[in-house]
Amino acid sequence: MGAAEKNMGAAITPADGPAWAQSARDDAAARLAATGLPGRRDEYWKYTDPTSLTEPEAAQAALFKSDESPFFDGIDRLRVVFVDGVFDADASDNLTLEGVEIERLAEANADIHWAKGIFGVLEANGQIPVVRPLAALNTATAADGVLIRVTKTPSRPISLVYRHADERSDAMLHHVVRVESGASLTLLENGPAAARFNKVMEIDVADGAEFHHVRAQGRDHERRVATHMFARLGQESVFKSFTLTMNGVLTRNEVVIELTGDDAVAHVAGAAVGDGDFHHDDTVFITHDALRCESRQVFKKVLRNGATGVFQGKILVKKDAQKTDGFQLSQALLLDDDAQFLAKPELEIYADDVLCSHGSTTGAIDEDALFYLRSRGVPTVEAQDLLVLAFLAEAIEEVEAEDIAEELNTRLTGWLERRR
Amino acid sequence: MLKITNLHVGLEEEDKAILKGVDLSVGAGEVHAIMGPNGSGKSTLSYVLAGRDGYEVTDGSAALDGEDLLEMEPEERAAAGLFLAFQYPVEIPGVGNMTFLRTAVNAQRKARGEEEMSAADFLKAIRENAKTLKIDPDMLKRPVNVGFSGGEKKRNEILQMAMLEPRMCVLDETDSGLDVDAMKLVSEGVNALRDAGRSFLVITHYQRLLDHIKPDVVHIMADGRIVKTGGPDLALEVENNGYADILSEVA
Ligand SMILES: Nc1ncnc2c1ncn2[C@@H]1O[C@H](COP(=O)(O)OP(=O)(O)O)[C@@H](O)[C@H]1O
Ligand SMILES: [Mg+2]
Repeated sequence: MGAAEKNMGAAITPADGPAWAQSARDDAAARLAATGLPGRRDEYWKYTDPTSLTEPEAAQAALFKSDESPFFDGIDRLRVVFVDGVFDADASDNLTLEGVEIERLAEANADIHWAKGIFGVLEANGQIPVVRPLAALNTATAADGVLIRVTKTPSRPISLVYRHADERSDAMLHHVVRVESGASLTLLENGPAAARFNKVMEIDVADGAEFHHVRAQGRDHERRVATHMFARLGQESVFKSFTLTMNGVLTRNEVVIELTGDDAVAHVAGAAVGDGDFHHDDTVFITHDALRCESRQVFKKVLRNGATGVFQGKILVKKDAQKTDGFQLSQALLLDDDAQFLAKPELEIYADDVLCSHGSTTGAIDEDALFYLRSRGVPTVEAQDLLVLAFLAEAIEEVEAEDIAEELNTRLTGWLERRR
Repeated sequence: MLKITNLHVGLEEEDKAILKGVDLSVGAGEVHAIMGPNGSGKSTLSYVLAGRDGYEVTDGSAALDGEDLLEMEPEERAAAGLFLAFQYPVEIPGVGNMTFLRTAVNAQRKARGEEEMSAADFLKAIRENAKTLKIDPDMLKRPVNVGFSGGEKKRNEILQMAMLEPRMCVLDETDSGLDVDAMKLVSEGVNALRDAGRSFLVITHYQRLLDHIKPDVVHIMADGRIVKTGGPDLALEVENNGYADILSEVA
């Protein structure tokens, strides 16, 4: 599809694919036609310029080269590999895993499919009250992706690996995940993906089910990425998502969560480090629509040398969502005067018996702490790195798997050392 | 060991002289005490020795075994064997006490061209030292000084000193905020480190610490100068008569 057409919205041609997905695709195309793509004047894009995400051609992005091992290499997992947004069966593991159905979206041809009630549905729900046209574009046109249905907790995590082979690739993926009652899934994501990458993941967590997500993105600096996660949480379900971003000229991660069952828990966290023309945007919208649910957002960014961090986070507590426990923290550590952090934390509460708090801070390295460390013999650069890792620790702590948390810390240490 | 000559120090930010010609010489293995009223410049002296920003040395010198301290970065001073037990130890959220100490011990060793301490040796040493100072092993895992009581912070300073094995220890009001039992613990910790090759400069407002850590020499500091120097008796004189007498006597 030509990108000029994309910009017109109305001319969008929904992707070909399984029949059960067609009405959702048509609906998304119609919604997109009505809203158009995001523009610089949109309030929701006030801090992040969407132009490079919406313009006709993806800007060229150098392929990522590194001597480092890929993320999650040491973790026993089932790998599902996409190259420039296309599923690669040869590079992937055998997609059989006890307790899990894994299918490629493009080939999910059953007449009646479990994903029908989720595909494009959670995304459409997530368009209210704020429109997310890039997600509608994705639903309408993304041809590939993976459908994962978990009926029983699998023996190992599923790992979505994104490879980038073409400097001008413009990729879209649409994933759907359903974790059935009582089951738990750990989903990992990593890799450069494409020069421009638009990804949507819809996650339906049934009553008593758990979804754990850890994503590592951005070592390939030049790529541009817009991702959306739309999650619906059933009663007593658990949703935990953590994202590590290191580098990346443009990253916009939107997370939209709807707590629809009583006593559900949703945690979203992120650690981002970048310098120079790094631009990183976390946009989160959590809706409490049930009793006694807990939501927690912890976002930390370390910025320097012109880097920009953005946080737009909202907790909406509906009228009947009594005993809501909502927490939101967004903090930036600016390592010099050139970096900037733009934050818009919001609470909108219609229930009267709730506990909600939010805090956003921007600060520099604590000079007293730095001197204390140096006075004990720790060289300045090492002392600084220790303080940076300490700042990020609160976000990393959100990752429950110890081996993964340790890897994240090791990667961050490496990133810091390379920048000394 | 430590030789301070005619040291003049002002603030970097404003035109204010704090130390106005300090002369002090601490020999190897000696314990010197500095006493003096609040605001006389004791902490400033300790900070300038350790290399804290914000001060400007306008005249004079400070040397550790002949090496010019004032030319060195704080971490170089530490590696050269200088240690400051802070009057107000700093809280560092997110950095574990143990990680911090191990990083420090090994950074100093590396700077001196020595081999790093193995994890096992380090653990053994820190457990022993913590036990002597009655530091709960739990405190070792907690972030540096975060949520520590005043006494715990001071004991943690002494633990660091014991682990880093400095040659020249400067203790700035390590007794403040301590009850009698804690003061005994801290003093025992310090006394255990007394050694022919290690010197101490003990800054205190009160004489009572010096009952436990017996000094060889006592200096009285007032308005940025050492105004009187004597033996341990000088501390008792302060205790009995206050600073006013001594100050009027030297004025
Ligand atoms: N960073 C600073 N900014 C402003 N004044 C300072 C600073 N450091 C020290 N001073 C001043 O210098 C004097 C000596 O302080 P200090 O060294 O803390 O004395 P002491 O430790 O003997 O009580 C005091 O008048 C104090 O207010
Ligand atoms: Mg003082």
